[in-house]
Amino acid sequence: MTTAPLPLVEQFQLGLDAPICLTWELTYACNLSCVHCLSSSGRRDPRELTTAECKAVIDELERMQVFYVNIGGGEPTVRPDFWKLVDYATDHHVGVKFSTNGVKITPAVARRLAASDYVDVQISLDGATAEVNDAVRGRGSYDTALRAMQHLHDAGFRGFKISVVMTRHNVAQLDQFKAMADRFDAQLRITRLRPSGRGADVWDELHVTAEQQRALYDWLVAHGENVLTGDSFFHLAGYGAALPGLNLCGAGRVVCLIDPVGDVYACPFAIHENFLAGNVRSPGGFAAVWRTSELFETLRTPQSGGACSSCAAYDACRGGCMAAKFFTGLPLDGPDPECVKGHGAQSLARTDRASVPKPSPDHSHRLLPLAVRAPAKACDENPLSGLANAF
Amino acid sequence: MSTDLSRRPRFDLDTAWALSPQVSVRPERFGALLYHFGTRRLSFLKSPVLRTVVEGLGEHDTARGACLAAGVAPEELPRYQAALATLAGSHMIGERS
Repeated sequence: MTTAPLPLVEQFQLGLDAPICLTWELTYACNLSCVHCLSSSGRRDPRELTTAECKAVIDELERMQVFYVNIGGGEPTVRPDFWKLVDYATDHHVGVKFSTNGVKITPAVARRLAASDYVDVQISLDGATAEVNDAVRGRGSYDTALRAMQHLHDAGFRGFKISVVMTRHNVAQLDQFKAMADRFDAQLRITRLRPSGRGADVWDELHVTAEQQRALYDWLVAHGENVLTGDSFFHLAGYGAALPGLNLCGAGRVVCLIDPVGDVYACPFAIHENFLAGNVRSPGGFAAVWRTSELFETLRTPQSGGACSSCAAYDACRGGCMAAKFFTGLPLDGPDPECVKGHGAQSLARTDRASVPKPSPDHSHRLLPLAVRAPAKACDENPLSGLANAF
Repeated sequence: MSTDLSRRPRFDLDTAWALSPQVSVRPERFGALLYHFGTRRLSFLKSPVLRTVVEGLGEHDTARGACLAAGVAPEELPRYQAALATLAGSHMIGERS
């Protein structure tokens, strides 16, 4: 305390010995086919980690003192061993927050979940009305989600999350989402639409407009810590005051993704070989990947602001989201495609869209419904959300 | 992440405190990360000394005693009092009866 330590954000940018928390997609299998699914989920990958391999990962997370994992998919609850793995994790001091479209949340499951302190649930919903939601997540998905929420509420589960990916079509429904969360004794969580996975195909038509983005920022400022964001809107800090949270990109530094086949990526929105750090099946397991992968070591070195260095907002937004830049074909050391100063839009206009990297791999159902394609998953958690500062 | 001092609850340095049984502490080079499994909140301690204080709370009759045992100088106590008040406000630590 007598010397001036590095600010915490800078400490985090240099990386920690273990992630603060991580996202773990347990399966690419999903009953839905959301148009913006960040992991292009649908079909199960036959190389999926076995139950024993998953337990070994949990053992490692316990040793590394990773407090909790954000489990997603795919639809994680369709794995036959899902509840067994949840129990194994919580028995080993690894808390679980899982994202689901609600398909398996029966009254009995809801009662069981309500009885556990160590399990949190996020129901994915991308419209406050069936019309808006089902256009993105598929016909019937609104009713499924609402039924799951009702079961959780009836079982006495307080504070489960309603997780919404913000789009051009639902951003005007923010007050309705908030009212819905209040009605279910739940908490609203909104996150940013990224051009990741199948999201790359629909990003142009679904991402919020510049005007909507400003209104979204103002709404978030007005609601403060009552609405969770997974820290996903830190690129909006360029408007002025930072939003609650740490406002940094934690990819490979304090967060990462483990995918269903054990591949470790820098973040849930960066499923591409350029951001692949290793696999938990390799010698040394997850800990070795986390601590020694070349990719992560690079991410933990000070990053250049590049074209953004001379911008007055750079200290606030830090250039925005790496994955959003990558999958729209923008340089990683330049502005975010949704840069609040408009620099990203200008860069996009100059980009040759044919050269934009394709998300990989694709597990989409081979036959998507024609009228509406569907599922998105909630996955995506920046582990830094909800971090409170004790000094 | 600025904290409004006027909104912090008062913290009594002269009563007995302890880390909540639902909280895990992970040592870090900057101090420690805390996670409360009940509230599902993360917090962090920005110095190793503060971590020693927090981990020692349960072994001392007063929070002041835990601070002094950890090597906190008397003139630094107000800062630690403020940090402990924040932790009490988020239920990371609680009063022992």
